[in-house]
Parts: sequence; C-alpha cells; structure tokens
Amino acid sequence: MKKRLTISSLLLSTALFFSASAFAETLRIGVEGAYPPFSQVDKDGKLSGFDIDMANALCKEMGVECKLIKQDWDGIIPALIAKKYDAIIASMSITEERKEKVDFTNHYYKSPARFIHKKGADHEISQAGLKGKSVGVQRGTVSDKFITGTFGEGVDIKRYGTQEEAYLDLNAGRLDFVFADAFVLLEFIGSDNGKDYEFIGDSYTDPKYFGDGIGIAVRKGDTELAKKFNMALENMRKSSYDKVREKYFDFDVFGE
Amino acid sequence: MDFSIVLDNLPLLFKGLGLTLQLLIISLVLGFILSIPLAIMAASKLKWARIPAKIFIYVFRGTPLLIQIFIIYYGFSQFEWLRESPLWIIFKEAYWCAIIAFALNTAAYTAEIFRGAFLQTPKGEIEAAVAYGMSRWDQYRHIIFPSAFRRSIPMYGNEVIFMLHATVLAGVITLVDLFGAAKILNSRYYAPFESFISVGLFYLTITFTIVFIFKLLEGHFLKHLKR
Repeated sequence: MKKRLTISSLLLSTALFFSASAFAETLRIGVEGAYPPFSQVDKDGKLSGFDIDMANALCKEMGVECKLIKQDWDGIIPALIAKKYDAIIASMSITEERKEKVDFTNHYYKSPARFIHKKGADHEISQAGLKGKSVGVQRGTVSDKFITGTFGEGVDIKRYGTQEEAYLDLNAGRLDFVFADAFVLLEFIGSDNGKDYEFIGDSYTDPKYFGDGIGIAVRKGDTELAKKFNMALENMRKSSYDKVREKYFDFDVFGE
Repeated sequence: MDFSIVLDNLPLLFKGLGLTLQLLIISLVLGFILSIPLAIMAASKLKWARIPAKIFIYVFRGTPLLIQIFIIYYGFSQFEWLRESPLWIIFKEAYWCAIIAFALNTAAYTAEIFRGAFLQTPKGEIEAAVAYGMSRWDQYRHIIFPSAFRRSIPMYGNEVIFMLHATVLAGVITLVDLFGAAKILNSRYYAPFESFISVGLFYLTITFTIVFIFKLLEGHFLKHLKR
C-alpha cells in the first residue's frame, strides 16, 4: 500500500511538473553574441546589444518569458530547424535564399553595407580598383554574397567565422578592406582598435543581395509565431522602439 | 536532400582538396626533417640536449593544435615589431602560419615515436657496434636508424592520418581547404548534411590511400617480421 502510494505520488508530481512547464510559456530565441553593437558578450559574460534589447522588448510586448540562446553564425539556421530554439533575432537580412529554409517577420531595422580601409590609403572602390586587393567579410553574410556576386573574380575575398576575426586581420595588416554592415563598422571605427580606419565608397543596399531589411526568422510554417512577432513589432513602433534604438544609434534605423 | 549543390560546386571542393593535400605533405616533410634531431636529442643522455627537446615536445603535445594555430596566426600578428620585420612576409600569409603550426606539431609527435623506437634498439646490437669500433654517428647511421625507422612505420602511419584530420583547422584561419570549402557551401545553401558528408567522403578516400601506402611500406620494410 505504502509502495503504491509513493509511485502514484511520483506520477502525480511528474504530471504536475510537465503541465507546469507547458503553462509557463518560454520562447527560446537564438542570438549570435559576436556582432557588436547588435549582439555581444560583455566582460561579465552577459549578452547585450541592439538585437538582445529588441528580443527582450518584443518578449515583454508579447507577454512571454524568453530564453536567449547563443549560437555561432555558421549554424544559426540549422539550429533553428533542429528546434534548438524557436526564432532567430540576430540581425539577419531577409533574402530569397534564406526564405527557402525559414520564414521571416517584417523587418525590424534596415542597414546598408560599406567598405572601410586604413585612413588615407590610396584606394578606389571599383572593379579595377579592387583587383588583387584583399577584402575581409564574415562568411555566409549578405556582405559575403554581395562581394562574391558583384566584385567577384579579381578580388581576394577572405572569409571569417566572426566579424571580430576580420578586424584582427585588418589590424594585423593582412586585409586592405573590410566589407560589412555599416552600423557594425560604425561601432568598430568608433572604438580604440578601429580609430585608424574610415569609410570609403558608397552605401550598398541592392535588394537582390541585401533583401528587404533585417527580420526575425522562424521555422517554416510557424506563421502563428511570426504573426505574434509582427504584432509586437507594430505595437513597439508606437511605443518603446525608439527608446531601444536611442541607446545605440542617434539616427533612424527602421527605414520605411 | 539535394546533392546537386555538391556536383555544381565540385571545382570548389577539388581546389580545397588540393590545398588540404599541399598543407598535409609540406608540413609532414618539414615535421619529419625536424623530428629526427629532436628525437636524437630527446633520447640523448646529455642533459643540455635532452631538456630543450623534451620541453619542445611537451609544449606541442600538451596544447591543442587549434590554440597553437590561433597563437601563430592571430597572436603573433599583434606585435608591431614582427609586422615590421622581414619575417612578416611569412607570418602575413595564413598558408604559412598553418604550415608552421602543423609542422611543429607533427614534429613533436613524430619525435616521440622515433625516441621510443631508438630506445627500443636491442642492447646487443649497440654493444656489437661498439665492439666493431663504430663512432656514435656510425652507430646511428648503420644500426639504430634502420631498425628504429622500420619499427616506427605503423605508428607513423597513424600520425599521418591524424595530421590529415588536423588540417581541417586551416579552415578557421581563412584558408579554403576541403573543410573551408564545405563551410562555404554550407553558408551559401544552408545544407550542412550535403556539404559535410561530401567532404567526409573526400577525407575517407585520402585516409584509405594513406592506409594503403603504409601497408605497402610495411610489406616491404617489415617483411622479416611476417609470420
């Protein structure tokens, strides 16, 4: 009798445990953590940045509890598909190629891509000017695709796992240029390591490569979650969006 | 699953294969050359010869190869004096940084294989050599080296395969070796399974070839041990 009681109470407690976790709706969000100022890991190991603040603000707007999961860029889409988390908020550009693997919400900011080089260096941004020059990009980003697809052949494209590794090689003098998101580069040239570098050339926004801005990725077919995010985004635009934005940029980043 | 992306990008993969084989062969040759004096020093009875060799072997076997590569590629480039010295021509290139790291690493492991084999030389053979009045160098050349290298073949074959698999680390410092090519494929098409399984097959094929070569070597040099 006693034994049966323990077993049944055990069963009961497990049942309670499972139902409790089902009720407390936690949304797992994949973030990158190596893409300042959008996503970075602080000295004390905490995540911070525009993406992180956006994620937290959106979760607050939706009234759900969120768990942020750090994931390297290379595996960020596969891990979403493998259900390691339910959404990606990692400054991901909305592109046709990615749409084949994941669904996107509306954009939460827009951003052009630009070149930086050493201050005063004699460079020209053109097919001929870039010939034989080394350009560092983060592997698999829209910047990578743009350079590969447009300036292509003659350029020595070096691809890095993280943006920070590209900066290391720029500092070491192994690279003539780094090509990346303008906001990200802005942060770098404003920092101590990047003070010797400056922007050069135009801002690139070609939708063929850069898509329709930066959105939140969800698993294919997860329209309900995408809808929730869109609604939260719309509400945030009327309220807390600018407060989050002001912390990082003193100009509009939402676009139209 | 869509293996057409692999077929469409075969030139990229074969270029990667070429680089992988280059890295492997050059670093094995350099590592082998370096390992012989190291092994002699490490097996020596003289303290001043033994201790530096032992420290070298200990450091390179005692730290992960990935860390060695990061120190050589990203770490050294931090120093301005290196960037302004003529050495920078070598250290500027990811290619040479990878080869330096691989060569030093395999030199340490190979030296340890040879050191063990030297010490296993039957005492009687050395006594006989001494009785013949052979100098220390002659003993190495005619007695110790031939039998020690023969004994080392199976273990060295293992080391070659380990080195092949270690070359994937070139992919983390911008080189497009086989693994680097797979990473580009993956980032372009978001198809990790197709990308990595296809380069996995490449590595299997190379490993098979290495195993086959060493089987031939063993058949030739270790014939007297066959039963």
